[in-house]
Amino acid sequence: MQPIPIIGAYLSAANAPGGVMLPEFYNQLGAMHGTIMVFMGVVPLAVGGFGNFVMPLQIGAPDMAFPRINMASYWAYFVGGVVMLASFFLPGGAANSGWTSYVPLAVTATVGQTWWLLGMVLLITSSLLGSLNFIVTIFQLRAPGLTFMRLPIFVWLQLVTAYLLLLAFPPLEAAAVLQLMDRVAGTSFFLPSGLVVSGQILGNSGGGNPLLWQHLFWFLAHPEVYVLILPAMGIVAEVLANNIRKPLWGYKPVVYSAIFLGFMSFVVWAHHMFLTGMGTTMSAFFQTTTMIISIPSVVILTSLFLSLWGASIRFTTPMLFALAFLPMFGIGGLTGLPLGLAPTDIHLHDTYYVIGHFHYVVAPGTLFALFAGIYYWFPKATGRYMNELLGKIHFWGSFVCINIVFFPMFIQGLAGMNRRLYDGGIQYAHAQTAAKWNMPMGHAAFALWAFQLFFIFNFFWSIKKGRRSPSNAWDATTLEWAAAPSPPPHGNFPEPPVVYREAYEYSVPGHPRDFTPQNEPETKRDK
Amino acid sequence: MDIPYTVTARPDTGLYNGKLGIWLFLASEVMLFGALFSSYLLLRVGAEVWPRGETILNIPMAFLNTVILISSSVTMVLAWASLKMNQFQKARWCLIGTFLLASGFLVVKFFEYSEKFAHGLAPKTNTFLAIYFTLTGLHGLHVVGGMVVMAFLFGPGAKMWRVAPERYTNRVEITGLYWHFVDLVWIFLFPVLYLL
Ligand code: HEM
Ligand SMILES: [Cu+2]
Repeated sequence: MQPIPIIGAYLSAANAPGGVMLPEFYNQLGAMHGTIMVFMGVVPLAVGGFGNFVMPLQIGAPDMAFPRINMASYWAYFVGGVVMLASFFLPGGAANSGWTSYVPLAVTATVGQTWWLLGMVLLITSSLLGSLNFIVTIFQLRAPGLTFMRLPIFVWLQLVTAYLLLLAFPPLEAAAVLQLMDRVAGTSFFLPSGLVVSGQILGNSGGGNPLLWQHLFWFLAHPEVYVLILPAMGIVAEVLANNIRKPLWGYKPVVYSAIFLGFMSFVVWAHHMFLTGMGTTMSAFFQTTTMIISIPSVVILTSLFLSLWGASIRFTTPMLFALAFLPMFGIGGLTGLPLGLAPTDIHLHDTYYVIGHFHYVVAPGTLFALFAGIYYWFPKATGRYMNELLGKIHFWGSFVCINIVFFPMFIQGLAGMNRRLYDGGIQYAHAQTAAKWNMPMGHAAFALWAFQLFFIFNFFWSIKKGRRSPSNAWDATTLEWAAAPSPPPHGNFPEPPVVYREAYEYSVPGHPRDFTPQNEPETKRDK
Repeated sequence: MDIPYTVTARPDTGLYNGKLGIWLFLASEVMLFGALFSSYLLLRVGAEVWPRGETILNIPMAFLNTVILISSSVTMVLAWASLKMNQFQKARWCLIGTFLLASGFLVVKFFEYSEKFAHGLAPKTNTFLAIYFTLTGLHGLHVVGGMVVMAFLFGPGAKMWRVAPERYTNRVEITGLYWHFVDLVWIFLFPVLYLL
């Protein structure tokens, strides 16, 4: 086994003697990567960050409905994050049973798992407080004239997301409490009778059900994947509408699809459990719902694609990221279909194919959308543009590298290579044909990391030195650009905005400019 | 620009912000307890033997607690109604009464718990006791949470009545909604754990 290049030298001897990572440490990194990315990265950024900043501006509200609850949500997140990260320094290190924390493994794991559960309870509380605040804000604080069908798509998708967070997270909270009881109070909610660990019979009372954990977990975690994607779709819709300079194609189908998707996402969870032997009737049900739920996703994606038809597109940096989102999310979504059908999933489950599937959705999908959002709303937050040249280098570098990292995972997975293999598969006969991809993937991952330096530099440099932007930096129609200064002062708007129009009135014939802001009163020309 | 609809209802939704907020919060609470009740069902259906609650638990004590909680819901409503009729002192006593009833509930619960522990019955004894302690413990925490809010309302928070009586009344109303929910959860817990 070779030491890890460059970083290996900096890892502690306890975790990686001589730069060669120990299996225990590898498992910690795997579990914590998933947890951190999902619960401490994407959700806080997409919902807590973008939702909190952009949504009140887009609906013409002075602030969130409950500023104190907002703060409580932030601090719950902060403490939860500290608990999670601090757990690396415990004896035995951080949680190492996967981000899914399957039982009985997780119940018998080192103390890091207890901290993981505590951290999760705090992070869940944070999301809960946030989501309630979002829903109240959208219902109660819309500006006069801003009816639901005039809301920007981003606001709609934040609303659906907030409902998912509100209703799907509590069951995981319940599950976390039960697992905590199993670990701390010695109960057996998830432990079957007569469980043997390392040759010893565990003296627990037994009678528990390991599948119960999986049901509770995925009841949250499938809606959670839509929490990860819907705000991203919202950002893409905003950036797209602004840069195609014409109304989005299919506003209503997108909205209705999102609502339908929200409902359906609560009845597909067991497609993560086809291999648990839960029975063919259950499988048939969840296969059917999974096929049904892919329809609204396709409707949304198709609407966004069709919006491009005949447009005179402005290829700004945010637009490049938004454009790349479309095919990348397409790949991620389409590769989900074979996973949703039990016959194919039996072969693909727990292989790199699954890793490829969801990373296409969340990395070049959601993450790219978040980049699009940062480049797009940066002028609103700072009054300055980010640098376009650096932005384009960042985009093209990331786009190429991220595909080299994730595409081979489909090949590896189809070849039968399992996920979570500590040695990358070199000891396993069935992985031999596909393990060779690990090298280029690894190199591309390093390169991908290097290209993020362009972004980090650009971000901080532009705060101070970027080109100044007018308050409506992109000639946009929505309220955050049309009615608020950049950066918005406390209370957001100098005077309360009033809305007269739909969200995306671009290139309306007869108007002097190619955009008509939502707060521009109706004139004779509109009749 | 101030945040609108903190006190008065927004015409098209018919709610002020706090009220919508508490309804949403309760919806999430329904999911929390719903998940635990479902877990209870699944564990019970899968169990080879499942003790009947009455053989282990103390029904008279639980019945007493049911009466206490239902009375506390009544005093809670009275507090709000008195505020609506501008009788602040009466409302304050009703809140204190609710608080005392809630403490009474916890005292009874404490005796129930200690009786179990004295007989060596703990969460780890069997799955029935595990779910019993988890559900009632979580419910007890909700009671404590409600008591903290009530203590604030008849204690330091009562000052608001003089400057913003409507807002204060709303706060009591919202606390009431939460309290009725806590009551309702117990009304489910009692038969499910003790009688069935
Ligand atoms: C058309 C849409 C989709 C379908 C049909 C679909 C289907 C599936 C199925 C059946 C699995 C389980 C595979 C297995 O473990 O054997 C899975 C895994 C996963 N999907 Fe999707 N999916 C879709 C969209 C998404 C989206 C939008 C996201 C996130 C933003 C996502 C994120 C994930 C994640 C994180 C996992 C892996 C969970 C794990 O085992 O660790 N998927 N998908
Ligand atoms: Cu799923």
